[in-house]
Amino acid sequence: MSVATTAVTPPSAHEPERGHAGARIVNALATVDHKRIGLRFIVTAFAFALAGGVLSGLVRHQLAAPQSTFLGPDAYDQIFSMHGTTMMFLFAVPVMQGMALYLVPLMVGTRNIAFPRMAAYAYWMYLAGGIFVYAGLLLNIGPDVGWFSYVPLAGPQYGVGKRSDFWAQLITFTEVSSLLIAISVITTAFKLRAPGMSLDRIPLFVWAMLVTSFMIVFAMPAVMLASTELLLDRLVGTHFFNPSEGGDPLLWQHLFWFFGHPEVYLIFMPALGMMSPIIATFSRRPVVGYPAMVLSLIATAFLSFALWVHHMFATAIPELGKTFFTAASMMIAIPSAVQIFCWIATLWTGRVRLTTPLLFVLGFFVILTLGGMTGIMVASVPLDLQVHDTYFVVAHLHYVLIGGAVFPLLGAVYFWFPKITGRLLSERLGRWHFALLFVGINVTFFPMHQLGLDGMPRRIYTYAAETGWGPLNFVASVGDMITDVAMLLFAVNVVRSLWRGAVAGPNPWDAATLEWAVASPPPSPNFDEPPIVGGREPLWDAGGIAGRVRGLAHEPPEALVTTVVDALPDHRYALPQPTLWPLVSALATTALFVGSVFTPWAVVWGAVPVGAAMTRWFWPRRWEYRQRIAVERSP
Amino acid sequence: MNASRRMLPVCCVCVSLCACEREARTFPAPSPPPVPASQEIAAPARTAPPASGPNEKNAYAMSEGKRLFHWYNCAGCHAEGGGDKGPALMDDVWIYGSAPENIYATIVEGRPNGMPAFAGRITPEQTWQIVAYVRSMSGLVASTAAPGRDDAIAAHEPESRSERKPPKDAAPPAPTP
Amino acid sequence: MSALLPAGPQAAHVAALWDVMLVVTGIVFVAIVAATIVAVARARRGAADAPSDAAGATAGEQRSHRIIWAAVLASTVLLAGLVVASAVTDRALASLPTDGALRITLTAHQWWWEATYEDGGVHDRFTTANELHIPVGRPVLFTLAASDVIHSLWVPELSGKKDLIPGRVAPHAWRADRAGTYRGVCAEFCGYQHAHMALLVIAEAPDAYAAWAERQRQPAAEPADDAAKRGRDVFLTSTCAMCHAVDGTTAQAQRAPNLTHVASRRTIAAGTLANSPANRAAWIADPQAIKPGANMPPHALRPEDARALFAYVDTLQ
Repeated sequence: MSVATTAVTPPSAHEPERGHAGARIVNALATVDHKRIGLRFIVTAFAFALAGGVLSGLVRHQLAAPQSTFLGPDAYDQIFSMHGTTMMFLFAVPVMQGMALYLVPLMVGTRNIAFPRMAAYAYWMYLAGGIFVYAGLLLNIGPDVGWFSYVPLAGPQYGVGKRSDFWAQLITFTEVSSLLIAISVITTAFKLRAPGMSLDRIPLFVWAMLVTSFMIVFAMPAVMLASTELLLDRLVGTHFFNPSEGGDPLLWQHLFWFFGHPEVYLIFMPALGMMSPIIATFSRRPVVGYPAMVLSLIATAFLSFALWVHHMFATAIPELGKTFFTAASMMIAIPSAVQIFCWIATLWTGRVRLTTPLLFVLGFFVILTLGGMTGIMVASVPLDLQVHDTYFVVAHLHYVLIGGAVFPLLGAVYFWFPKITGRLLSERLGRWHFALLFVGINVTFFPMHQLGLDGMPRRIYTYAAETGWGPLNFVASVGDMITDVAMLLFAVNVVRSLWRGAVAGPNPWDAATLEWAVASPPPSPNFDEPPIVGGREPLWDAGGIAGRVRGLAHEPPEALVTTVVDALPDHRYALPQPTLWPLVSALATTALFVGSVFTPWAVVWGAVPVGAAMTRWFWPRRWEYRQRIAVERSP
Repeated sequence: MNASRRMLPVCCVCVSLCACEREARTFPAPSPPPVPASQEIAAPARTAPPASGPNEKNAYAMSEGKRLFHWYNCAGCHAEGGGDKGPALMDDVWIYGSAPENIYATIVEGRPNGMPAFAGRITPEQTWQIVAYVRSMSGLVASTAAPGRDDAIAAHEPESRSERKPPKDAAPPAPTP
Repeated sequence: MSALLPAGPQAAHVAALWDVMLVVTGIVFVAIVAATIVAVARARRGAADAPSDAAGATAGEQRSHRIIWAAVLASTVLLAGLVVASAVTDRALASLPTDGALRITLTAHQWWWEATYEDGGVHDRFTTANELHIPVGRPVLFTLAASDVIHSLWVPELSGKKDLIPGRVAPHAWRADRAGTYRGVCAEFCGYQHAHMALLVIAEAPDAYAAWAERQRQPAAEPADDAAKRGRDVFLTSTCAMCHAVDGTTAQAQRAPNLTHVASRRTIAAGTLANSPANRAAWIADPQAIKPGANMPPHALRPEDARALFAYVDTLQ
């Protein structure tokens, strides 16, 4: 193949002049570059994490002393509900998807993500949903019944006003966004890999994101269904959750937790995927037991769908059924244990370099393992019946989410920051960040185990001094302040390094995967001539990069589609080019979703602009056809 | 495209205008007693009610009104709004007037033919909440603030879905002297 | 309140399981963390720029695999053991003998507990609120119901929790083997005053319980002095009787706690305040200051009526 000699110029709306400010804004809004979209997801998610952290600071301030009057019950209920909702829906899943959007195409050796316009649309939907629910919080319409919003408290009779509707519609926004990104990731990982990168040569991070994306496809519909039913009950008076008319409050719990349990694994599994490249790089050897690692990821994904009733052990479900879920909830520890043992073996037999990313990974080993141990405890029905809905569970969930997801994520940020920005983060500040965060998290959450055993239930806005819960709550609040200082150091580190960090070359860590083969930051397109892969560690193996793909066009930008299992070249694929229609469609969809909180007619009338925008989006353009015909070559 | 872009700020403005009143949760505060309790239990209230219903855009107040409608057994005579021994409350016929102050006077003073006087038994704030709820039954309040369906047997459509039934008031009677 | 200080068999079984799990998971945790620390500490530290090692270390690979398999096998065996321990505890919990149990129908409301004792015949039934007395050594069989939203009954020293779900009734049983006062809470977020929805369970000797139950069955005593009599009139003619019941009077509403013997309880407002005349007066005057969002409105009474009312409530022993 060779590049066409006559390039067809598309209309000028799609090639604005460089340097013109308005043109740069349009460019930014119309981008289909997976790196820019992925970075947007990551930055927006961290912004929401900051908001969620402020909310948790308010919670800890209120609970630091008994009978505090800092917050009344109404404000407290909105704040704790928004904290959970923000962290789970607006930070944890989107940030992982953002990392996947950025890294997966680079790691598999292709020029862009599959369906990049859909990915752009997904970002705008995520941003719109986040703005929507935070506007609600600022207007006193913040959700106030917890991040899992049980009915009947969230239902039409007891959920007064529009607060639960805002929560339910936020779910719709974020689940649409997550589902679409998952589809893009699956397609990229299966069909756009570099030639020679067979399934048994895919990096473990890509495996983790692939498995996570499949989980999203199967889990998200349950919560979309539940939130839609809740909206219908509240808005038009259906009876899904009304026991007097044949509905059931437990239906909500089943539907929500069928999603909700895989949800926490949606957050955990990408972090497992981040652990592997960091450990491999800083042990200077590949991770031990690649097949076991992959099978563990897949086993965890399957098993995670079999656990949901463990959130409902206190309800009147038959005991024998609950015991099944105890067994499944304990057994899911085994694939995670396999991974942990493989990593320890990797460290043990490698040559360890103790850098900041690895420090965060080591933090995972302590914090996640402790959370996993309490997880085994709460997996047991009788023990859970004592600690369910108490601060013991709050401690457990923060240990597994922070230890299991946030620590690897922070390690990943330190690891991939030089690739994304071209500059290294400060190691010195990084060590301080790690140390303070490790101490802060333990000081905040370890006392909560005792508080739960001492009878402190969740979601109480205050407590009496006679309960004796004051001292440990005070300690937890102090720990929260230490955590705040740690994250402030992180913010300082990021800001300083963006301007004055040490310049990073393509591969400052001497890592093994393909993203380290291109400049830092990577150019657009990622690969002028994508690699042909000859091994599992392309930059380490002799013959790891066995050649280059030549002849892919730039106008239109083309990717090479390969077969699913063996990554044999299949055909050339013209990648979509920048366009504003995903943004416009997202605005129209936002109007539909926001309107339908207030009136069912919004679904009808709102569908018209959505349909129009999407039709215009997908309508084929003549100049696109001319471009493609110009680069056609007959065999 | 422009219409969609303009709709979003318009929606925001509408949301913000509607939200503040709708979503306020004002828990009752103690107020000086307007009604002498023990010696004059049989006599209706003599004080003039305030000018207009304060609650018709407030979801919490109407939800409380609905709770009190059931707790104080209004349904015992009025059923779920369809009427039984007492007249229907969800239609457009208002014997004693549909204005909030009329309904307030009806509850506090009682009416001939069996409506008891609840003066001194229901606090003024609670009475205003019930007034707003009663008006919501015939769609006379903001539908985004009106209550949704009950978690009970569906005796009527949710108040938020009831179509507006403009009152066929005769000239409402003056409050009884 | 502590789940680790059991006062009855249900909580004791769980406390025993806790001990087993703490030991086993504690050992596993220490082992994993120790292995990690040793792995990092002992691993050969190469020079910072030494090349990475794709093909190297294959010699030790077989040994690594065998150790990993052994560790996984050990973990599986331990986990299976814990599943068995959990199932054994489950069976122990389910085999509490309930012959001759004291039957109580417990209905959860926003934000208080209604208890109807069903012991004996129809005429022996009585209803109280927020404070349960039970005889030591006799099982208690609850029928749990909820009137509005989902609540959860949790008295950690006696038993694990059980949710009270609208539209369902659920059985729940425990037994107190040690006399004492055990505090319970609502353990499922149920709205504004979820934080202030406690109940007291007082386990006492069987004859003390019988005496208490007999007193509970009595209607309210006739007030002795004029102030209390006038207070009863205030009670019956103002907002109080719209929601509260006092047996022996015409006040029979079921929407709020039964007040027939309210002055004999140790706490009021679902465990929020110690039950003293001053606290009762403060609660009646302005419940919203103590439990904002509660369903009880502030009471606008003239001072002399209020004093009379308080005097009457004081007689409801």
